[in-house]
Amino acid sequence: MKDIKVLGTGCANCRNTVRLIEEVAAEQGVAITLSKVEELPEIMKYGVMSTPGVVVDGKVVHAGGIPDRAKITSWF
Amino acid sequence: MPLLRRPATTPVWLLLIAASAALWLTLYLNLSPLADHLTGFLGLDRSTRFGEALHFFFYDTPKVLLLLTGIVFVMGVVQTFFAPERTRALLSGRRQGVGNVLAALLGIVTPFCSCSAVPLFIGFLSAGVPLGVTFSFLISAPMVNEVALALLFGLFGWQVAALYLGLGLLIAIVAGLVIGQLKMERHLEDWVQQIQRGEATWSGDPAGGWPARFAAGWRHVREIVAKVWPYILAGIALGAGIHGYVPEDFMASFMGKDAWWAVPAAVLLGVPMYANAAGIIPVVEALIGKGAALGTVLAFMMSVIALSAPEMIILRKALKPTLIATFAGVVATGILLVGYVFNLVL
Repeated sequence: MKDIKVLGTGCANCRNTVRLIEEVAAEQGVAITLSKVEELPEIMKYGVMSTPGVVVDGKVVHAGGIPDRAKITSWF
Repeated sequence: MPLLRRPATTPVWLLLIAASAALWLTLYLNLSPLADHLTGFLGLDRSTRFGEALHFFFYDTPKVLLLLTGIVFVMGVVQTFFAPERTRALLSGRRQGVGNVLAALLGIVTPFCSCSAVPLFIGFLSAGVPLGVTFSFLISAPMVNEVALALLFGLFGWQVAALYLGLGLLIAIVAGLVIGQLKMERHLEDWVQQIQRGEATWSGDPAGGWPARFAAGWRHVREIVAKVWPYILAGIALGAGIHGYVPEDFMASFMGKDAWWAVPAAVLLGVPMYANAAGIIPVVEALIGKGAALGTVLAFMMSVIALSAPEMIILRKALKPTLIATFAGVVATGILLVGYVFNLVL
């Protein structure tokens, strides 16, 4: 079970990132728990400067813009 | 590129870019005959109002879209060299002065989205970038952007684009210096002042070589053009209407040089508007053609782009009202001065 968090204040790119991760996880048949972190103090704890950011099992793997499918697949 | 299954190598990219550049140039050099042709094809000519408006539309739309695509691609590639993390490292520990100039310049080439304004702001401060220097970046990044520059270049020529670039940088540098001098650190929200960076610090994606940079440029084009083209079309269509139907010198009475109150009115009007540059500039071009003064119109544009109410609301999460008001006040003053100076000089 992968624990995935999407960091972002709720802009369009953040929502699209969440949707894309769900899609890819479903395609790959990977079980994930996906949550959104929208509170700025929380987001800042990860040291991310551009949103959306993605955290997999506590580690930042992406920041800024929507990640592409290949990149998402590589996290699973 | 969507056509390619496998990631393209550098030579493939260079070939694609060369072919696209040749096509781009051919189209760009033939814009006027193309517009004549299209207008003629519809059985109209430029002596009628509708024909003139339509010709304007057929000429300006491809021109602006071509310039936009070209400039956005180049910027997309350039931006891969300036991730926010890199910019932060370059600015960290800089003093006032040099730091402000560097921050304003980096604001042009660092990818920026207003939804990331706060994380970026705090990320800079926590890495030891002074408050005034951070503000120089935060003012320059949205105001001096490639979409505004591409449109100004396309519709007014390179001189106006260069002026906008220079004045935008000047406002960012001076406003940052002023805010730095005011020593307003205590007007940051308490949680920002206490911020501790966590364990998991992101240091940016590793660069993937030239193919990845070109791919990023192409992605940038698709993102930006997909977002702004409806605004550009609507803006140019409205502009074409004004061009064909509004009488000459109509705007001169209330947006001309002689109306002293026009500049402040333009700045105030710009604040609640959160248009991207794309929709505003074609309208502005048409207004200028009818006698509006360039300084007034540039002040309006800068105000729309740099002082948007939604961005203030986002920043409010990190800044106390006094600091927001100072920021808005200093930037608005800068824009006013630019507007007046332009109207005086030109």
